[in-house]
Amino acid sequence: MTGSNRHVVVAAADEIPPGGRKIVHIDGRSVGVFNLGDRYVALRNTCPHEGAPLCEGALSGALTSPRPGEYHYERRGEILRCPWHQWEFDLRTGRSWVDPERLRVRSYSVTCENDHVVLHL
Amino acid sequence: MGTMSATADAVDCDVHNAVPRLSALFPFLPDSWVDYCRETGVEGFDPAFYPPGAPLSARPGSRAGEGPPGSDPDVVRAHVLDGAGARYAILNCLYAVQALHNPDWAASMARALNDWQAATWLAADTRFRASIVVSTRDPHAAAQEIERRAGRGFVQVLLPASAPAPLGQRSYWPIYAAAEAADVPVALHPGVGGANPLSPVGWPSHYIEDYACAALTLQSQITSMVAEGVFAAHPGLQVVLLESGVTWLPSLMWRFDKNWKALRREVPWVERPPSHVIREHVLLSTTPFDAPPAIDRAWVDRFLTQLGSVRMLLHAGDYPHWHHGDAPTALLEQLSPAERELVLHGNAARVYRLPEEIGCARGH
Amino acid sequence: MRTGALIDCDVHNAVSSDAELQPYLSTRWRRHMELIGSRTFSPFTKGYAYPKAARFASRRDAWPPTGGLPGSDLEFMKEQLLDAYPVKHAVLNCLYRAPEQRHDAYGAALATAVNNWQVDQWLERDDRLRASITVPFEFPDLAAAEIDRATTCPGFVQVLLYPRTAAPLGRREYWPIYEAACRAGLPIGIHAASTTPGPITATGWPSYYIEDHTGLAVAFQAQVISLIFNGVFDRFPELRVVLLEGGFAWVPALAHRLDALHARLGEEVPDLRYPPSHYLRSHIRITTQPMEEPERPGDLVPLIREVGADLLMFSTDYPHWDFDNPHRAFRTRVPATLHRQIMHDNACATYRLAA
Repeated sequence: MTGSNRHVVVAAADEIPPGGRKIVHIDGRSVGVFNLGDRYVALRNTCPHEGAPLCEGALSGALTSPRPGEYHYERRGEILRCPWHQWEFDLRTGRSWVDPERLRVRSYSVTCENDHVVLHL
Repeated sequence: MGTMSATADAVDCDVHNAVPRLSALFPFLPDSWVDYCRETGVEGFDPAFYPPGAPLSARPGSRAGEGPPGSDPDVVRAHVLDGAGARYAILNCLYAVQALHNPDWAASMARALNDWQAATWLAADTRFRASIVVSTRDPHAAAQEIERRAGRGFVQVLLPASAPAPLGQRSYWPIYAAAEAADVPVALHPGVGGANPLSPVGWPSHYIEDYACAALTLQSQITSMVAEGVFAAHPGLQVVLLESGVTWLPSLMWRFDKNWKALRREVPWVERPPSHVIREHVLLSTTPFDAPPAIDRAWVDRFLTQLGSVRMLLHAGDYPHWHHGDAPTALLEQLSPAERELVLHGNAARVYRLPEEIGCARGH
Repeated sequence: MRTGALIDCDVHNAVSSDAELQPYLSTRWRRHMELIGSRTFSPFTKGYAYPKAARFASRRDAWPPTGGLPGSDLEFMKEQLLDAYPVKHAVLNCLYRAPEQRHDAYGAALATAVNNWQVDQWLERDDRLRASITVPFEFPDLAAAEIDRATTCPGFVQVLLYPRTAAPLGRREYWPIYEAACRAGLPIGIHAASTTPGPITATGWPSYYIEDHTGLAVAFQAQVISLIFNGVFDRFPELRVVLLEGGFAWVPALAHRLDALHARLGEEVPDLRYPPSHYLRSHIRITTQPMEEPERPGDLVPLIREVGADLLMFSTDYPHWDFDNPHRAFRTRVPATLHRQIMHDNACATYRLAA
């Protein structure tokens, strides 16, 4: 995703439980770090639409429908909704729901090293 | 009229044939309803939406004969088809039987109206095509009527723009299933009220307000049909919006698309921006058009880009109604020959399955 | 683009709980509040028939850390809006459910209470703030009395109505409100609001909020049609009407439609002195939020010019979910003069603020 040349410890591992998040500020950049249970992900805390603090949004699931009246609800907690205009973003990819090819938010890789959460900028 | 040559041989997608008097339908109506009408003194269902004396309701010369304008097939043929007139006329009868609250009576009146159209209009001239009038009060009865009448000159289902509930709602879907199965589009036309006030904020005072608000009702209906997933459930369905302006559509699509980005989870079956769905399934007749007094090619370019496709436009004269100015012809004059061909013939030939020659060899 | 000084024409201050209004109510109405309370057109004691995109229709980050509803805490509003952007003035439109009360006198008492609360808790605490007068508009005589009363307090710049009314707003029964607004020299603001005696369409109740929110644009258009053809602007030539949160992309098509209809049917409304578009351009003002987002962003500026450069006034709708960021709302380059008109000048003229 990005040529990572900076590694920053942003939290102790137990500080961000599964389903939890922490918003960190590094060099003027605001980044949200999320624990999805099987891995950590990090997204830039700015919505590409109007600049809202995206990572403060609600965590929801992926809702699809094969036909009117039928609802498939999956991946609870993995879809981030912007706190302003409610646009949806996939936490695992940073891609928006409505225009995944063209509209996305910058994502960063995160690793867990020696009980520390490390953000790769 | 000087405009005739521009539109000679076109398909006129909105022509209004009228019932001369209620008793003209009696030969096609079960005896029980004939007697019901007679005993209760029913005076007929001429639509209040077109006050007989108002200049919009009837263009000069259309008030020929004894019945209301549009009630004599020979007069309509002379005014719409003959000479430099249209090659085909799609008839949309606005006799307001859909406004009846009694579902069985409404359905029987609609059946009688359709049989009368077949006997009186389709039999009179092979260039007439008609719309199947159905009541929305009993959608299953409406579906049966579509099955019964589609084909043999009936090329469309006609629904009133104002219904008891928004037309996308599931209770109406038997109508769309039947239309899709019969391969005919569903048209929405203002002019039949009764179920709700004619404006979204209560009953207006003036006729001019009623008429102005028709464009708003169509906006609500198309919003409903997309949001409810009518087109997801019936991917073959085409909807034709008649006599309600065209130029409002881009503004509706922008607002709807913007809201969809935020609120699509309410309607997860709407998997694409609403504008994409609308462009695939919706056509509009060009009279009235609601354009600036003078339009140039730059205006037309911008409009067509915002609309999305010239394939969404259907030429219409709206006989016998009489609109101010002649924006549809002004539009045609700005179109390229290929675009003009689509608006005058090609789009109609496609959506109404008119004979092949209409869609290719015209317009030169 | 970064913006210079701006007037935010639509900000929502919230009454956090009924208890806040009690000091502003007489014993009789405090008792009524306990005994019966709010009776509107809503089926529920709280909330809406169409849940909004987010709780309390608000930005998720707008809930004050001190508790209370979004828009209820002036200090937090300063932090998120008034100090965060170069806001010279903000017009408060309080949407507390006073106007929607079916009990006429209780609605009037609540409206008075809301207005007095606005003076104490808002207007006197920050001189950037201006406010709209809440009125029980379905009872126009009571609404007019409240306008007459409230205009004695400085800081009120507008009379607030909602677009979803029992009858179209051009009708004669509403004229006492316009008369009082003209007496006070204030414009009428019509702001999108939720509960209503009738559906948002002319064809019954839609199923979804996305239809309700999209449909606001048709309710506003219907009110414009009614105001023009019922001769309100001929009867009240000084009257200005501000449409808040109803969009503006529909203006050109509606203007063409009304002018063409008037040319054909004008005889029905012979007292109309001008073509309908004249009234639209000279008596109507429109706030920008939710900003129109044409498919091609570059279509926005030509659209604005077609609507009229002096018609549009910027608004954020803070703290609501569809907030527009003053620096990013346009998504296209707007020429500097036009930008300044929309962000600042037009509102100064409409609300008589010092330029």
